[in-house]
Amino acid sequence: MKSDNVKWGWGFVTPALFWTIAFFVVPLAVMAAMSFANLEGRSLTWGFHLDNYEELATRTYLKRAVLVSLEITLTVTLVSVVLAYPLAAIIAFRVPLRWQRIVLLLAILPFWTSYVVRSYAWLLVLAREGLINQTLIELGIITEPLTLANTRFATVTGFVHFFVMLLTLTIYANLKQLSPNYRLAAMDLGANTFQTFRHVIMPLTLPGIVTGAFLTFVLCIGDYVTPHILGGNNELTMPQVIMVQLGRRADFPLASALAMVMMGMVTLVYLASARWLRIDRV
Amino acid sequence: MTRSFSWLYLAIAFGFIYLPVGALVLFSFQDGGLPVPPFNGPSLRWYGEVLSDRNVTSALFHSLLVAVGSSAIAVMLGFFAAYGLARYVLPGSVFIRALLIAPLTVSYLIVGLGLLIVLTRMGLGLSLITVGIGHVVINLPLAFAIIYASMGAQHENAERAARDLGATEAWVLLLVTAPMLSPAIAAAFFLSVTLSWDEFIIAFLLTRFDITLPVEIWSMLRSGLSPSLNAIGSFVFLISVAALLLLELTVLRRRK
Repeated sequence: MKSDNVKWGWGFVTPALFWTIAFFVVPLAVMAAMSFANLEGRSLTWGFHLDNYEELATRTYLKRAVLVSLEITLTVTLVSVVLAYPLAAIIAFRVPLRWQRIVLLLAILPFWTSYVVRSYAWLLVLAREGLINQTLIELGIITEPLTLANTRFATVTGFVHFFVMLLTLTIYANLKQLSPNYRLAAMDLGANTFQTFRHVIMPLTLPGIVTGAFLTFVLCIGDYVTPHILGGNNELTMPQVIMVQLGRRADFPLASALAMVMMGMVTLVYLASARWLRIDRV
Repeated sequence: MTRSFSWLYLAIAFGFIYLPVGALVLFSFQDGGLPVPPFNGPSLRWYGEVLSDRNVTSALFHSLLVAVGSSAIAVMLGFFAAYGLARYVLPGSVFIRALLIAPLTVSYLIVGLGLLIVLTRMGLGLSLITVGIGHVVINLPLAFAIIYASMGAQHENAERAARDLGATEAWVLLLVTAPMLSPAIAAAFFLSVTLSWDEFIIAFLLTRFDITLPVEIWSMLRSGLSPSLNAIGSFVFLISVAALLLLELTVLRRRK
């Protein structure tokens, strides 16, 4: 029986509600208003100006950042799903049951180092004088070091490293929820391994894949650290441009407009995948 | 998929997963100025250097302070909100739940940016307190969701019994509800501490002079590859793994 003493109920909920409104809803509303403000030199005029959005649509380096972010995020999401699915399937179906927990724990373990250090660690591997180049030169496969760091390849590698782990966990959880009877029934009816996967397992795990992919998209498109450490300054992503606007130029309106575009993109992807999303089951 | 292909894939995947952290830990023992091959060592010199660096130790302390403080507030607010929503009939409760969960769907950069705009507009100074405020915003939804999910109806009978025996609402919460939910509360607290302790972008945007460990590491990164960064990274890794093992051996073992 729930109590309908509304006064007490509000008393319990209000502090959390106050915090969320004061430090999340209000700042986002101010940020939205800021994106329509106008910055002339040092003076800011509030109002409904579309200048910032016009700038986004016309300035090449801003348009480029939106495009770069989208390309990187889509590549990372696709590659991570394709690599993680077999890994999750192998752990779920090939590894003996009592080892599965250990294998998953071992897969998560390296991600317990600091978040900034994780990108730095990839720099150790990919740098000009780093592990890969030195090893390849030592083996006589190459004579000149390859340019691996400060490229889009490095950014994508850093991201994929993290998201393969995340997606392996979500897809593994999904595969384990499936009753083995589905697989056995398909096999009994004469389907081979591939057909069973294509027509039975894959469709049943689609909600889990979409949820994981959505999570990857959201976390990847908003990340500043990985592209900044690994990608360098050759091409900037949206979060990098936002930080440039905040730092060097103190152009809060333009940064806000970019943030609004980023939120808009996440909302669009959410609406497109809402049909399959099971956020509550992650 | 054949059996041998499976094992090969598993081996390559784990090689990929462990490659950077392996390089990180190995070259933290480097005896020389650059954390790249060839490996000379082992030497503990960089650990000594890092642990005697006042900037690093004070950043470590700041990180712990912010993590524990903001997690305590987030868990407390989350617990009260979960109790209010689970035990009372409130108008618009679906909307309230959605609002409390909403910060999860927005990237940390945007949460930090919004707060930065408001704080600078109001002329308020940036400090560890403003970082803590931001970390409560991102941890409150998780704490609320975890505690709310475990607040089942089966606990209600015990609460009602306590009330019948004359306990006031405050005593019911403190002596009956909170102890029954202690596993969920502990889980929410530890998750918050882990996330806050390692959070970079909000801490970077919302503080100026008292910086936290990830921000200190970030500023050290500007001078390029250095074995002292390897030592800090390996040290943080060691602490996290030790904490994980401890949690596994105590809290999780007991549940089985």
